[in-house]
Amino acid sequence: MYAHGTTPSRDVQSPGRCPYRHPAARLGTVIEVSELTKHYGAKTAVDRLSFTVRPGRVTGFLGPNGAGKSTTLRMILGLDAPTAGTATVSGVPFASHPRGLRHVGALLDAQQVHGGRSAAAHLSALARSNGIPLRRVGEVLGEVGLTEVAGRRIGGFSLGMKQRLGIAGALLGDPPVLMFDEPINGMDPEGVLWVRHLFRRLAAEGRTVFLSSHLMTEMETTADQLVVIGQGRLICAESVRDFAARGTRLLSVIVGTPQAAELTAVLSAAGASVEAEGSAGAERLAVTGLPADRIGALALDNRIVLHELTTRTASLEDAFMELTADSVEYPAGEPR
Amino acid sequence: MTARFSDLLASEWIKIRSLRSTPWTLALVTVLVVACSATATLSNPQHTFLLGDAFSTAGGMTLILAAGSIGAITTVSEYSSGLIRTTTVAVPARASLVLAKAVVVTALWTVLGAIMAGGSFAVSEAVLSRWHAAVPITHPGVFRAFLASTLLAPVCALVGLGLGVLIRHSATTMVTSTFALLMLPVLFTPSRRWTTDVNHAMVLSAWRRLVEAWGPPNAVGPEHYPTLTGALVVYVTWPLVAVALAVIAVRRRDV
Repeated sequence: MYAHGTTPSRDVQSPGRCPYRHPAARLGTVIEVSELTKHYGAKTAVDRLSFTVRPGRVTGFLGPNGAGKSTTLRMILGLDAPTAGTATVSGVPFASHPRGLRHVGALLDAQQVHGGRSAAAHLSALARSNGIPLRRVGEVLGEVGLTEVAGRRIGGFSLGMKQRLGIAGALLGDPPVLMFDEPINGMDPEGVLWVRHLFRRLAAEGRTVFLSSHLMTEMETTADQLVVIGQGRLICAESVRDFAARGTRLLSVIVGTPQAAELTAVLSAAGASVEAEGSAGAERLAVTGLPADRIGALALDNRIVLHELTTRTASLEDAFMELTADSVEYPAGEPR
Repeated sequence: MTARFSDLLASEWIKIRSLRSTPWTLALVTVLVVACSATATLSNPQHTFLLGDAFSTAGGMTLILAAGSIGAITTVSEYSSGLIRTTTVAVPARASLVLAKAVVVTALWTVLGAIMAGGSFAVSEAVLSRWHAAVPITHPGVFRAFLASTLLAPVCALVGLGLGVLIRHSATTMVTSTFALLMLPVLFTPSRRWTTDVNHAMVLSAWRRLVEAWGPPNAVGPEHYPTLTGALVVYVTWPLVAVALAVIAVRRRDV
């Protein structure tokens, strides 16, 4: 199943080759977070957070830095005990499993490895602890493209290579649930592309893929579903499409014209809101509330010359910024 | 899928074995400990066999320092690198993980301890044979001193391992381990009743009694040695308490 580009099915899978793979049994494996709360002293890192992550799709976990994403992931993985609330994977707390790699594969922080060990030794120790056959080490190293450097010390790896190693570790137990915290940090463009394909494929295989990031752009191309949090609280949990629809309400059109004052009057009369774009006198206007074709028609009717007429699609990034603007932990430029 | 403890032992053994520094460090420690026995025997002007030369105090203290520190590294390095989180996700049964480390460390350091103790005795014998003063291993007290010196290694390694889990910070763990194992016995000299009691509860004092570092007990004042039973109790209690506290701590704390 780990050969590139093949989608495994039970028909082609010989049961002896990969005895711990039972795709049918995986369906319905969900991450369920309910009223999850974590206090660190007086600080509330996560505040009555509830959401569900379902299989067969990639779910993005978004929030500004310090929003509580990593704390939430740690609580799901049983590393941190919640102050209140519960987090379960397939209905049970993850920590109730004596061995974890066949249930959940996780990459929390790629730097959390011992630099003195080789990639192969690191993975071998992990595999052995879970009774996973050591040939899986070679398989996952191939999967993430680290076969060539398997014998080299991890200490000499770039961050991108360490991310790949962390992903290899998460894949070791062929788990139904995969969780990654900021997995593309430090990856080169080729690596980013590869990792997107990998996540899409893992989800297509029926797995639950939960992916945290503070970069909205990363999610646009990768995720189907979003869980957005800010200051430890849930902001929204919806499909990427619904989330993007929020963005289109922020759609604006950039208009370049030497007759800025006249055009402003015409467009305002038509119900649009108009602001000068960039510095004053730049003869560019940002128009919201009217589509580009209507603006062009109005300009023609009023014999106003246009140099430029560009629709600026509000990206998911804009929707995200707008939503989380009130919950940014460390706003820039504000005296503290 | 059953969770086998033997898998954890194998995994921990891979971790120890796969660090390139491990064999070099352990070889260096062995050479240093054995060399202490050679210098102690050579510097004895009487050319006679003494348990305190074959199992020299300098060698014992070197072993305590090394075993305590390297034992601590087996756990503290997981915390300082953050690897402990990866490990704990793989093995959510945290107590089993600590116990597996303890078992592997005990096995490794018992073998090393035996090599060092045996080597120390052999080197001392080799030196003494020049003056035809060598004694067999059946010589009174030799076998007990060999066992005591062998077990000193896992005892101290387990104390370090436990402290590593409890403290989690490299430098603090090293200082604490060294202080507890080597400095406390110096601090509490047998001058008063209570300082004597404290002194006798120390690993170093127990080892000295078992190898008769200052000669047979009847030749040394009773305040300088703990009782034989007391020494054995110390040998068992220190590592047991350290590992037990570590197990309690990992179960209660966030990782």
